[in-house]
Amino acid sequence: MGLEQFKNRNVGTQNYTMVDAGHSPKGVLCQFKQVVKRTFKGELFVGLWVTMKAMLKALFANDMHTVKYPFEKLPISPRYRAIHDMLRLLESGHYRCIGCGLCEKICISNCITMDTRYDENQRKEVSEYTINFGRCIFCGYCAEVCPELAIVHGSRYENASEQRAGFSLFEDMLTPIDKLNLQQEYSGFGSVSPNADDNIKQTPLAY
Amino acid sequence: METTLIEKLPEVTWVGSLIKAVLILAIISALAGFGTFIERKVLAFMQRRLGPMHVGYYGLLQIAADGIKLFTKEDIIPQNANKLIFMIAPVITAATAFIALAAVPVFPDFTIPSWIPLLGDTFVPSIASDLNIGILFVLGMMAAGLYGPLLAGMSQANKWGIIGAARTAVQFLSYEVVTGLSILAPIMLVGSLSFIDFNTYQAGGIGDWLIWKQPVAFVLFLIAGFAETNRTPFDLLEHEAEVVSGYATEYSGMRWGMFFIGEYANMITVSVIASIVFLGGYDVASMFGWFFIMAKIALFFFLMLWVRAAWPHVRPDQLMWLCWKVLMPLAVVNILITALVMMV
Ligand code: SF4
Ligand code: SF4
Repeated sequence: MGLEQFKNRNVGTQNYTMVDAGHSPKGVLCQFKQVVKRTFKGELFVGLWVTMKAMLKALFANDMHTVKYPFEKLPISPRYRAIHDMLRLLESGHYRCIGCGLCEKICISNCITMDTRYDENQRKEVSEYTINFGRCIFCGYCAEVCPELAIVHGSRYENASEQRAGFSLFEDMLTPIDKLNLQQEYSGFGSVSPNADDNIKQTPLAY
Repeated sequence: METTLIEKLPEVTWVGSLIKAVLILAIISALAGFGTFIERKVLAFMQRRLGPMHVGYYGLLQIAADGIKLFTKEDIIPQNANKLIFMIAPVITAATAFIALAAVPVFPDFTIPSWIPLLGDTFVPSIASDLNIGILFVLGMMAAGLYGPLLAGMSQANKWGIIGAARTAVQFLSYEVVTGLSILAPIMLVGSLSFIDFNTYQAGGIGDWLIWKQPVAFVLFLIAGFAETNRTPFDLLEHEAEVVSGYATEYSGMRWGMFFIGEYANMITVSVIASIVFLGGYDVASMFGWFFIMAKIALFFFLMLWVRAAWPHVRPDQLMWLCWKVLMPLAVVNILITALVMMV
């Protein structure tokens, strides 16, 4: 459905449906009739029955809607953008981040700070990596831009703190090495689409 | 005759009345506190919530937590308020609610066993003071209780309070006529204003209950009773969605708590009156009869909570319209018909 019919401001040409709201009674007799009709209609008892039914269902049919929050939580979408996680390679257990700096560059609130250096094998390693969650707006750009699926959004959303600035270190976000088998791939921003395999083509040799 | 049963009872001394008064005060304030818990639970269940759960088993100690909070909260008196009236207004509500309970039969009578020193052999009556005009006294006292919200609203130098007070006056003028007229027909039938006589009149079992002879009066009294205790659908006095908290806007801590206890005590009183006058009352002879009236009172109490969960509340003008143009004529017609039937 397009927006055209909402942009049409010419009164009378729109495609409106009138709701039948009844009509107010004319004359004393009609008013009296309406009062009598409404008095004996029993609508009030319908209301009572509805609440009673809700109570009985809540008590005996396990239809209680309360979630006892700190003790039990509602499931969140796998695409939910909460506190970041740094993932590891499943084979070697090494962190996936290659220190390319794209996330630092794209972060629109400038909250990622990182530094890299050469390690003894002349490979790039991340020496400093912090995210200031006081500034982060959880836009997901960092996860989207990361070429290695290294920085992703996790599911920890309880990030109230006493101070404005709240820094998270690389090690805090990194999957613990002993929990590597529990590491979940992220299916939100920047993740491989479900039909990624279908989109793979052979590299044309003519290049 | 049942009256001989009453006459057989031992003489009521002032010690007995005093003990009864203390008992009523202690038990009914505790019950009023418990009433808040029940109300929160029932309303929660009707909205598919759990209600208070964490203080004590199933939230049962929530009352204690609330009590501690109310007692220890700072008692704020606004700068421009009329301090004296502001301070005594909640006392009026709470006191009149309990004074009304003095003439109502609550809990069975008993004699303190003689091995207890000092108080042994004292007979504690079921009514603290058995007036022969019981109903009139109770209704009058509950009406006087409306001075509480009225004075509170006017003394607190707050616009919401003034509106609350004005609504108190409106409500008071509307329902009081209906209360009196609706209960007049049963009084005519019984020919007495004493609760004991009402009880004996209906002693013959369910078939004798006045609700069958006076269904209209019963419904009218119930409606007026809801207005009297300012419960939904007639909670105009402090309807939060419209007038912040009405007459109670500036109150905090224990003074606010007194309004609260007064309201719940009034709810209990109205339930007691309705159970005795229309639903057969209690059976003096057996303990089981007392259990029965407790069940009736609980039923009315539950009805008040149930209605609060289900029905929207009315505007002040609708309340006046309802009371003066619908309920009062109905009550008068009811009285006329009762009188005609009694004459024939
Ligand atoms: S989610 Fe957005 S704001 Fe937060 S670190 Fe990533 S890019 Fe920066
Ligand atoms: S974009 Fe990814 S790989 Fe590049 S520095 Fe950030 S986390 Fe590491």
